[in-house]
Amino acid sequence: MDNKDQKKDSLYLKLIPYFDRYGILLLLLIMIVVMHFLQPDVFLSWRNVTNVFKQISWQSMLALGVFMVIVTAGIDLSVGSIMMLSLMILAIVAKAGAPWFVVAMTPLIAGLICGLINGLGITILRMPHPFIMTLGTLYIFRGTGNLISGGTPISGFTDEVRYLGHGRIDLTWLGLEKSQYLPVSLVLIAIVYIIFWVFMNHTRTGKWIYAIGGNPSAARASGVNVNKILVIVYSLCGFLSGIGALILAGRTDSGYPNAGLQSELDAIAACIIGGASFFGGRGTVLGVFAGVMIMGILRNGLNLMDVSSFWQQVLIGSIIVLAVYIDVLRRDLGTRK
Amino acid sequence: MSSINQLLLEAKSVTKYFGTITALENVNLKIHAGECLGVVGDNGAGKTTLMKVLSGLYKPSSGSLYFDGKKEILESPKDSQELGLEMVYQDLALAGNLPIGENIFLGREPTKNLGFIKLLDFKKIKELTDAHLGKLKINVKSADQKVEELSGGQRQAVAIARSTAFNAKVVIMDEPTAALAIKEVGKVLDLINSLKKTGVGVIVISHRMDDIFAVCDRVMALFQGTNFAESELSKTSRDEVIGWIMGKK
Repeated sequence: MDNKDQKKDSLYLKLIPYFDRYGILLLLLIMIVVMHFLQPDVFLSWRNVTNVFKQISWQSMLALGVFMVIVTAGIDLSVGSIMMLSLMILAIVAKAGAPWFVVAMTPLIAGLICGLINGLGITILRMPHPFIMTLGTLYIFRGTGNLISGGTPISGFTDEVRYLGHGRIDLTWLGLEKSQYLPVSLVLIAIVYIIFWVFMNHTRTGKWIYAIGGNPSAARASGVNVNKILVIVYSLCGFLSGIGALILAGRTDSGYPNAGLQSELDAIAACIIGGASFFGGRGTVLGVFAGVMIMGILRNGLNLMDVSSFWQQVLIGSIIVLAVYIDVLRRDLGTRK
Repeated sequence: MSSINQLLLEAKSVTKYFGTITALENVNLKIHAGECLGVVGDNGAGKTTLMKVLSGLYKPSSGSLYFDGKKEILESPKDSQELGLEMVYQDLALAGNLPIGENIFLGREPTKNLGFIKLLDFKKIKELTDAHLGKLKINVKSADQKVEELSGGQRQAVAIARSTAFNAKVVIMDEPTAALAIKEVGKVLDLINSLKKTGVGVIVISHRMDDIFAVCDRVMALFQGTNFAESELSKTSRDEVIGWIMGKK
């Protein structure tokens, strides 16, 4: 390798990791600044900011679950249906008069079991691609949710059950006004994301999830039980969808048949915008959070400006294509073939 | 040189049938500490089958394996790994998205305890990686560099480093230079020489006479599943070895 090569190399190598890691945050920051100038009175107001977080609360759980799946080079199309089924089970258990902690636990367990079914199907039934298994369960779980509820909404939960989605943390002791509260869902997002950041980056299991996405045969040759890790990943994805159901139950006070319809696509979009690669092995928890925020702010900002929701669809679609194109360019630059 | 060194691994009259096909017939192989054995042979001569028997992937139909003079029956590659035998695969079993250090320790990462949670010990991974790469004189910019940013030769070096990170006694390399640019071949051959100096026994399967004659102390040829010829490297020549591969003595 001659000197010129090395120089070019080191510049790439120095820049790429930073761009990889923080490029998406830059985009998020630009969006916030632009929105602030477009809507100076409203956008960064306490009320609107907490609103954005409340709106993205359950989507952020689905996106985090799908993210882990995408890192293994898989896909989970069933998260919206898992959330709906978990929500319906919650609603039925609540209507039956179960104590609140039982009601609150049911969607988490239901979600975990749904995810486990996905994971076992992909590994034991040896489905050719997770797309097929989770496409199947997309229909199965939603159908089951409709079967057990009769396809009608079930409303009315206790405050304890609604706490995660609807609760407020009073900040008047800090000298703030009563309207300047902290939504519990915001704190929950922070806690869950920090836990999963640690999980993905600082534990062996997390490292193996990345390794499987990078080269499954290398992981296998290194003694990693690939199937076991995949089952764990899909189960956790289902579990997070269950948390999403619990949040949604709090926000809407109702279990309803259309809950989470097409939200699997939102979740995938957030991951892709956040820099997770469909080829697996690439992406960060922080990036997913940024992806969720970008979609949330885009929707919120366009709503504030009274832009038609049709335009929102066009814009979000364009951002997905742009984000993946950046991913393609990044692979060209970063990989020697 | 090989006569004074310790015998690490010996295969005695290994025979392997696949149905009615005889892939190996009464094949013997010995590898000593600090020695490099070249295994040559045409396609279908039984090289790969023999290596798979040594690593425990195939069970021999008859014959036996001795590790450190002790007879062992291998149930899986895990068993041979525990006895100190590692394979470096032709398709480089590395995860490109992970840094060098994490690849070397993949599946066996050092951890530290934080309360009841086990977290990865990145500092230790880096220290051990730097020390190990230094020992093998492998030059990379940093142990934190991702494997996909490396050249083919550097990747091969990392794969070899990986195989020897856990006190391997015998390393089997299947065509270690086949996928490399010519200027990188030398580096990998240097690496095999430094491995030998650390007392590891290296078995190299290769078609390239240049490789065999650069690093091996002994060369054995398989022909149609049998031991065809074997010699100290100093007592043979390229043309003779090429003749062996084609079944001519």
